[in-house]
Amino acid sequence: MEYLILLFSEIYKILYVLIPVLVSVAMIVWLDRRIWAFVQKRRGPNVVGPFGLFQTLADALKYIFKEIIIPASSNKIIFILAPIVTMTLALIAWAVIPFSEDYVLADINVGILYIFAISSLGVYGIIMGGWASNSKYPFLGSIRSAAQMVSYEVSIGVIIINVLLCVGSLNLSDIVLAQEKIWFVIPLFPMFVIFFISSLAETNRPPFDLPEAEAELVAGYQTEYSGMMYAMFWLGEYANILLMCALGSILFLGGWLAPIDTPLFEMVPPPVWLIFKILFLFVLFALIKAIVPRYRYDQLMRLGWKVFLPFSLIWVVLTSGYLLYFDLLPVY
Amino acid sequence: MNIFRIFKTVFLIDFLTGLLIAVKELFKPKKTLNYPFEKGKISPRYRGEHALRRYPNGEERCIACKLCEAVCPAQAITIESTAREDGSRKTTRYDIDMLKCIYCGLCEESCPVDAIVQGPNFEFATHTREELYYNKEKLLENGDRWENVLAANIKADNPYR
Repeated sequence: MEYLILLFSEIYKILYVLIPVLVSVAMIVWLDRRIWAFVQKRRGPNVVGPFGLFQTLADALKYIFKEIIIPASSNKIIFILAPIVTMTLALIAWAVIPFSEDYVLADINVGILYIFAISSLGVYGIIMGGWASNSKYPFLGSIRSAAQMVSYEVSIGVIIINVLLCVGSLNLSDIVLAQEKIWFVIPLFPMFVIFFISSLAETNRPPFDLPEAEAELVAGYQTEYSGMMYAMFWLGEYANILLMCALGSILFLGGWLAPIDTPLFEMVPPPVWLIFKILFLFVLFALIKAIVPRYRYDQLMRLGWKVFLPFSLIWVVLTSGYLLYFDLLPVY
Repeated sequence: MNIFRIFKTVFLIDFLTGLLIAVKELFKPKKTLNYPFEKGKISPRYRGEHALRRYPNGEERCIACKLCEAVCPAQAITIESTAREDGSRKTTRYDIDMLKCIYCGLCEESCPVDAIVQGPNFEFATHTREELYYNKEKLLENGDRWENVLAANIKADNPYR
């Protein structure tokens, strides 16, 4: 009985985080399409619900009722597993995101490491989908995607080291609390820019959406998918984008903290600040989708390995040197 | 690479300029129409869905001369006719296969009595192919429904014919 109560209270807590995340993924898809349309002076989805807000729900309904086609020559088990893996991995990473000082599902010591591990695993969903389809375009798309995600994860890792040097803890709540005096975006601004661009590449967003480059690869690893399985890939992708925005706002924009410590800003509940910051980053994501052309593959690799990686490595040396010289290293 | 170009690349100048333009465009009025609720202007000569017109006294205009059938490049029109009791020649069958039709407007141009016309309606998509094999009743019904617009359009286009 005691265990049962514990189980239900845990499930309740999980749903308390999961449902808002899923709803906001639906809203974010709408926002993405709407901003994209507005920049191109189109109207975007505006019929279903107020301002077209329920467009994603209508789309989801359509996907649910569509037939799922499984190619005859595919590896069926892996083919079905791939979207499930993608979506699950995109959602479980939310467990450690702190929405306020006490509103966090799992306040583990190595939160940032956990997120990093999960987002590294994310590439498996894509590789599995591309390989199990047993078709050339998904295969090429997934290979590209894997190479891209792996190379940009390296520079993201080094950038995170910069932040961790200033914090002295791997716990996400500690990272936020360390920014009470000054957000890391100000002292580490170049790192913030590189983190932002790397997270574009990490989530396969334009201008780094090579895995699904329509002109060359049809739809990349999603080519053979249809119905709800396609929708799950899609959901996982947007949940990942949202996660990267959340990570960016926690690492650099002070998470749930108000911009200035005044009574007026203190009245706003902390999770709202985090949501504002995530939205700000996401609007940037969406605007960038509308303005930039796609990178060529060799340019993408050059940017990742020859520009971002050395630059962030040098910045690690600079940061640690600065902290050592002025004796500012955090004590833990 | 000269210094200026390196400066531009490192500080993402071109990219930020693009972002600024995007934000400006975001608030400009939209170029597209809110289609199902708002429609574009259509010329009086617009060649849309076909209709068979009547005279104001209710008599069919069509005299079964079969000029439209002869001129139709897609051979989409089929006409059969007999003499009525009063001696006038009238159609017993007037079918248009809307799937064959290429909407060239030659039937309308060839008609000596302005009977077959192409109206302003372009929203006649159907669920089945069969619904697009128009017969005489369907065409006459179209004519009755759109008569006001059709008459106005023919009048507006008259000086140029």
